[in-house]
Amino acid sequence: MEQVEKMPNVESETQKSKSLWVHAFNQLIADPFAKFSFIIVGLYALVAILSGLEVIAGNWDMQFGDGYSAPSLKHIFGTDLFGRSVFLKTIKGTEVAMSVGLVTAVISMIIGVALGATAGYFGGKIDEVIVWFYTTVTSIPYIMLLVAITFILGKGLIAVYLALGLSSWVNLCRLIRGEVIRHKDREYVHAAASIGASEFTKLFKHIVPNVLHIVIINFSLQFQVAIKSEVILSYLGLGVQGRPSWGTMINDAKQELAQGVWWQLAAATLAMFVVVLSLNILGDALRDALDPKLKGKK
Amino acid sequence: MVPILLGTCFIIFVLFNMVAGDPTQLLLGKHATAKQMLELKRELGLDRPFFAQYLDIVKSAFTFDFGRSWSTKQEIIEMIKIGAMPSLTVSIPAFILSTIVSIAVSLIVSFFRGGKLDRIMVFACVAMMSISSLAYILFAQKFLAYELGLFEISGYEPGFPYFIPYILLPVLIWVVLNLGPDVRFYRTIILDEIYQDYVRTARAKGLSEKMILFKHVLKNAMIPIITYVVIQIPFLILGALLIESFFGIPGLGGITLNAINSSDFPVIRAMTVLSAVAYIIFSVITDVLYTLVDPRVRLK
Repeated sequence: MEQVEKMPNVESETQKSKSLWVHAFNQLIADPFAKFSFIIVGLYALVAILSGLEVIAGNWDMQFGDGYSAPSLKHIFGTDLFGRSVFLKTIKGTEVAMSVGLVTAVISMIIGVALGATAGYFGGKIDEVIVWFYTTVTSIPYIMLLVAITFILGKGLIAVYLALGLSSWVNLCRLIRGEVIRHKDREYVHAAASIGASEFTKLFKHIVPNVLHIVIINFSLQFQVAIKSEVILSYLGLGVQGRPSWGTMINDAKQELAQGVWWQLAAATLAMFVVVLSLNILGDALRDALDPKLKGKK
Repeated sequence: MVPILLGTCFIIFVLFNMVAGDPTQLLLGKHATAKQMLELKRELGLDRPFFAQYLDIVKSAFTFDFGRSWSTKQEIIEMIKIGAMPSLTVSIPAFILSTIVSIAVSLIVSFFRGGKLDRIMVFACVAMMSISSLAYILFAQKFLAYELGLFEISGYEPGFPYFIPYILLPVLIWVVLNLGPDVRFYRTIILDEIYQDYVRTARAKGLSEKMILFKHVLKNAMIPIITYVVIQIPFLILGALLIESFFGIPGLGGITLNAINSSDFPVIRAMTVLSAVAYIIFSVITDVLYTLVDPRVRLK
């Protein structure tokens, strides 16, 4: 690939070498499952943005009828205890779910890449300290870490973001560290050093783009793990307050199921299932497309 | 090992003793006087210097003397002794069963890799992983236990044969919850091995696919599998937080959950220290096991 790029531009446009990203994109588009998942995730994001801007589901807290009326043509997912439309609550919950997924994945990405790349690149004492730090964090059970952080930050959306983000970066950090160690003595890094690139440039401009596929794959996985964890936090009473989220809706079903009210649980579970499934499929497709180790294996 | 333990204790100390806010306000309610708060602080040992408090946590990791619960005033170590048994009667059978089932399924799936069965199973795993664990528990309890009466709805009885009916559904849910991620993980591990050169050699020698899978691939896949299995064990003592609380099993998970609900810091701290210690011990065990299964590690 590198050789082709160095050749003079005598070839026509069509024969130009494709980059990893173009290849990956073409492979994704060729896979109908991946394409479909991508569209669904996009739709969820759109719904979340629209509901955030109050274009849709702004009236989710309006009382439409009796409490706990079963699904009907008017309210396809029925109503909740206060007669609010479960459908609108589910839509509104998308906002929380998507933002939790996004912000959590971004936080864990920033910490994981920064620490992992630093540890792998500089090695020595810095590496030892960072490895010590993440081993220490892993030895504390995930749920305990979540609980401790939400205790400190109090309840609410910001606490959920931070608790999930701060407790989920270890895996990525470990992967990035390993990959940076493999890359740091490659020729292209020495080449960059020879033209006077600083340590920072070498690391973040030359090495990190080469390990970016790990970040992207991890991002899509982190996204869905966060959406699922929000439910657990809600169950522990540490979740989002004062607005509908899928977590609180599923949590409400604890009491509701005994009265035969299943639609709130069903609606939230279904909404979550579709987006998490899509993110999972998308993550797998991304890995197949981006991981060089998997090339040629099918 | 020691630096990790010290670090873990330090994080726990920072989280619960330094930044978590003044618990006396929480315990005494809104109308507490400053004097009452000060007295309670002295009683709980919170007026002592930070370093002494940190040392207490480190000490508790060795002596298991965690002090008393704030809400029930019981010795925490006694609570743990009582709760450990019910937790383990659920988590150990569930863990063993789910490991066996997952490895068996992933072997079958890898045997038919690329085929229809493989693709359906992989998709089913992803689909199963995409449902909230809370939803599984709620649906199973409502429909399998309550409507169909196949299992006990909730409760627990100590003593050997008596607890069995109560753990059936929790164990089943545990297995189902873990099947998706486990099968996916084991399948990747096994497939990683299947593309190695020694497998091609074995095939060239004329060995059957079955022989290759069981005698060559499985043996080599053992290292990552053992790591994955052993490192889960320390988290078994906490039991399954959600499952225990839904099925009324009076285990450590339930104790932890109650402690979370009542902001009972010493109990939460004790559980965290306990599982961290277990984690560290089991990561050492994993290293020892490596040398047993992999002669290459022994040589180094």
